[in-house]
Amino acid sequence: MDPIKSLIQNLADQYGRQRENLLPIMQGVIERENFLSEYSMVEIAREMDIPASEVYGTATFYSFLETKPTGKYTIRVCKTITCAMKGKSQVLFAIQDMLKIKLGETTPDNRFTLLETNCLGWCHKAPAMMINNEVYTELTPEKVREILSDYMKQNGSI
Amino acid sequence: MANSYQLKRVDFIFRNENDWEKVLSTTIKKKPQELINELISSELKGRGGAGFPTGLKWKLTSEAKAEKKYVICNADEGEPGTFKDREILSKVPYKVLTAMAVCGYVTGAKEGFIYLRGEYKFLEEELNKEIAEFEYYCKEINLDFKIKVFMGSGAYICGEETALMESLEGKRGEPRNKPPFPTQAGFNGSPTVINNVETLVHTFTIFKYGAKKFYDLGVQYSRGTKLFSVSGDTPKPGIYELELGMSLQDFVYEFGDGDTKAVQVGGASGFLVPRKKFKDAAIGFKGKLTGISLPTGGSMMLFNSSRSMFNVLDNYLEFFREECCGQCTPCRVGCQQLLLGIKAVKRGDKPASYLDKLLRLTETMQLTAKCGLGQSVANSFSSIVENFREEMIY
Ligand code: SF4
Ligand code: FES
Repeated sequence: MDPIKSLIQNLADQYGRQRENLLPIMQGVIERENFLSEYSMVEIAREMDIPASEVYGTATFYSFLETKPTGKYTIRVCKTITCAMKGKSQVLFAIQDMLKIKLGETTPDNRFTLLETNCLGWCHKAPAMMINNEVYTELTPEKVREILSDYMKQNGSI
Repeated sequence: MANSYQLKRVDFIFRNENDWEKVLSTTIKKKPQELINELISSELKGRGGAGFPTGLKWKLTSEAKAEKKYVICNADEGEPGTFKDREILSKVPYKVLTAMAVCGYVTGAKEGFIYLRGEYKFLEEELNKEIAEFEYYCKEINLDFKIKVFMGSGAYICGEETALMESLEGKRGEPRNKPPFPTQAGFNGSPTVINNVETLVHTFTIFKYGAKKFYDLGVQYSRGTKLFSVSGDTPKPGIYELELGMSLQDFVYEFGDGDTKAVQVGGASGFLVPRKKFKDAAIGFKGKLTGISLPTGGSMMLFNSSRSMFNVLDNYLEFFREECCGQCTPCRVGCQQLLLGIKAVKRGDKPASYLDKLLRLTETMQLTAKCGLGQSVANSFSSIVENFREEMIY
């Protein structure tokens, strides 16, 4: 069977097929696929027996439920007030410079997507960012370069 | 009196209580009514920002007739400048779990949820371990209560209690009309107690040490202690437990960098207080404090004179524009227009008097927006524009 179909079936078996299990199922798909494609949204709808438009409507409401393709690692840099005051722009420049992409873009090898996000709850250690679920704080351009090159090495390329 | 008030640091919340099992087993031997009375006499109010009396919330839910009831711990901490709930959940999670179980016992709920914001996903695993251990103990003392962690997915509005419930039901997190209130019809239509993480920990303190201990802290109408998340231009960013009722002057004396020009109390949805009003402002719920009383969910952001208040407001408005759920027109259109409006004034495309029109727009939003988000945009907007008008123009 096609892998997305069976992934969704497994998730539905695990969480249940009631409406209240929609978010965990969507989160589960993203964990594997990095985003919710139209195809997977339709599959989720079928599996849970709810209209696909409901799945789409719910998915697009949440900023972490990406409905456009993203890379393996999604970098979210906090742009809210304290991070903005403490040097978020320099951090962002450093990332763009290193990955050679602009905000909102994904690297051609599909590994990194760069986004901004709202307050991450680390204002006392601003500026902050998340890479997937991992949080990094008190960032400086040097520090992000180190962090990113670690990620790049993990993937065996630089 | 206010001027003689000093900042008082307290240590209840993060104090390590190795005897939570004993606290739980002795508390649930008391009658629910007795515990509700205890909470009511402590005068504990919700620590998420809205300040509803906690005892009353529990009482209303316990009186509601229904087959199923729920307890929800609101850990969707998203207000810019707050980071206290995360610390609680990572340092003393067992206090939160104990409080939820006691709440279940008092109200008749057998199930609880912790709605954790997506940004705190890294806490999930540890929390689930704690829950497993906790539930094991509950079984031993014959307490029937289950707790589940539910992950949010990046939406500030889901901190609003009814939006949170919609989200928990697998829908878009759009706030509901009230009434009915969650105490009557909450998650899946059942009576539900929804409390902030910090509020639950305070109930633990009250059940362990007695209502009087809590009541004796703080000032009239603002009892007890509160966790403050301090950030911005301060040499001491971090989390502090302080008695309620302190004057902002004392706060700045302790946490300022000597050049504090303004403090934003309560995050983006709170109020900005300029230097000349520090003396008259006190931190606590509405009531007879000195001059201005400022309620807060705990966010305290300091700005020194190197900061442009235009940039601050611009950043807040962008935040609201993005986080508005889009359900009602005053908020959806209002947030956009406010942002466009201040930019237009700054560029000189609109005269300074346009700011007054925008102020009127925030009044309309305050009156007609459906939930706290749209209603509270007026707080930061008017307090910044009125106190730093020149910075908006030049
Ligand atoms: S006030 Fe804003 S956030 Fe609240 S319901 Fe209306 S549109 Fe949604
Ligand atoms: S402002 Fe960036 S983490 Fe709060």
